[in-house]
Amino acid sequence: MADTTPKTRLSGPSGPKPRKTFSRGNIMLYGTLFVVSVYYILPLWVMVMTSLKGMPEIRMGNIFSPPVEVTFQPWVKAWSEACTGLNCDGLSRGFLNSVRILIPSVLLSIIVASVNGYALINWKFKGSEVFFTILIFGSFIPYQVMLYPIVILLREAGIYGTLGGLVLVHTVFGMPILTLLFRNYFSSIPEELFKAARVDGAGFWGIYFRIMLPMSLPIFVVAIILQVTGIWNDFLFGVVFTKPDLYPMTVQLNNIVNSVQGVKEYNVNMAATLLTGLVPLIVYFISGKLFVRGIAAGAVKG
Amino acid sequence: MIFTTLVVFVGGTLWTVLYSFTSSKLLPKWKFVGFDQYDRLWSSSRWVTSIENLMLYGVFALFFTIVVGFLLAVLLDQKIRFEDTFRTIMLYPFALSFIVTGLVWQWILNPQFGVQHIVRSLGFENFVFDPLYNPDIVIYGLLIAGLWQGTGFVMCIMLAGLRGIDEDIWKATRVDGIPRWKTYIQVVIPMMRPVFITVLVIVAAGIIKLYDLVVAQTSGGPGMASQVPAMYVYDYMFTAQNLGQGLAASTMMLVTVLIVLIPWAYLEFGGKKNG
Repeated sequence: MADTTPKTRLSGPSGPKPRKTFSRGNIMLYGTLFVVSVYYILPLWVMVMTSLKGMPEIRMGNIFSPPVEVTFQPWVKAWSEACTGLNCDGLSRGFLNSVRILIPSVLLSIIVASVNGYALINWKFKGSEVFFTILIFGSFIPYQVMLYPIVILLREAGIYGTLGGLVLVHTVFGMPILTLLFRNYFSSIPEELFKAARVDGAGFWGIYFRIMLPMSLPIFVVAIILQVTGIWNDFLFGVVFTKPDLYPMTVQLNNIVNSVQGVKEYNVNMAATLLTGLVPLIVYFISGKLFVRGIAAGAVKG
Repeated sequence: MIFTTLVVFVGGTLWTVLYSFTSSKLLPKWKFVGFDQYDRLWSSSRWVTSIENLMLYGVFALFFTIVVGFLLAVLLDQKIRFEDTFRTIMLYPFALSFIVTGLVWQWILNPQFGVQHIVRSLGFENFVFDPLYNPDIVIYGLLIAGLWQGTGFVMCIMLAGLRGIDEDIWKATRVDGIPRWKTYIQVVIPMMRPVFITVLVIVAAGIIKLYDLVVAQTSGGPGMASQVPAMYVYDYMFTAQNLGQGLAASTMMLVTVLIVLIPWAYLEFGGKKNG
């Protein structure tokens, strides 16, 4: 093929002046961003590197350097052998507990909150606005204020120290933010749709399942992301409302790492820490933009 | 369900406030003692330290999360490449729990292996940086970790606020020949006032609840140097079996939140009514 580039280009530059890639401002901008990014990435890097080293190497070396000899032993140990008190079956127990707390809590809270949000928007009753306002204010009250009364309530109900009790607590405390989320989303669905469905004879649940639910899948995903990370990361409720056998992963992790007896095995500790952080991290990296949206929506949560 | 929630929130709060005026020890009992628990609370050096720590941490954390969060948002708003990558990096700590955050930074700040060790091995033999073992600066150790976890969140909200500003404003200031940094300070920040206030309230409410991070990173130590109110509440309620004290302390936390919340609610909701 012959060269077909028009010769006219030689006669002088045309088109807009290209933005200089390496202007001083740009170097400053990207330089700053790069330095900041290093600060943010560093802890993750240190966690991964430390968890892949053996103890002798940790004692000699520097925490930022990659391992000379990669070993997965700390991971195995953190998962299945690390001790908390008398139990030496590792974090796997906490993981299972967390899963058993997480799934029912997320489902229950989202179901209840979505119905709430729907009722608050489309089936306004007397005082529904007041209800809502109190609910939002309630979300700002420090949990410590409500801990003991809830302990009493759960004890009266006979579910204090059980996973069921904790699930209930998570559901109640997830209520303000989730209700707000669903209420705001449902309010953007045109009211005509709702009215048309009423005329066609659909009832409360009919409209919810046939119209609201299919139209608001994105917000359900946002709610799931919010709840999964929130409940997984919870520490206070886990430590107050469950017993040692049923401690969620965060509580067990803290007990493993901050236990005073025994030799400190930093590599196992970091492996355990990473394992606990893995679930929210995976959720975060998969969900991407939706996570950001959840944050913006959850901005009222506090 | 919504009703249950209200009962729990309102009822629970009232119950706590009421019983903070009693001499409850192991179990709640209705023996009214007036402000005795509060007297004892404020004469307890541990509580006073907790409050001081919280104030110190609070002022710094508020200032830095908001300033740094805003600056990062501005940087990301310069139509840069790889914006998503940078945002992802800055926000990921927010997905992690305070427990994980605390433990990682405990490790990085470990004087024997962490930052101090590394700087020393570079030749600065006398370099000292052991915030977690020095009562005077332990709170800054917490701050480093807290900022790492939280600034991404503030940055995200600020960025959304910046994106909400009309492009025409920028064009207008450019026509007038106003430099960009001046536009930010004199036009953009005043326009973003609601965003700043929201962030302020959220961050402040979060700081008052500060608990997990301290438990994981320092357990309140060394000694009592990094105690915070939420820890005081937990210890008196569930381990020291001095319920009245715990309840009085938690009521004080509630009061603190209200001090933050009421002016905000007044601005937010009171303002709308008046048009």
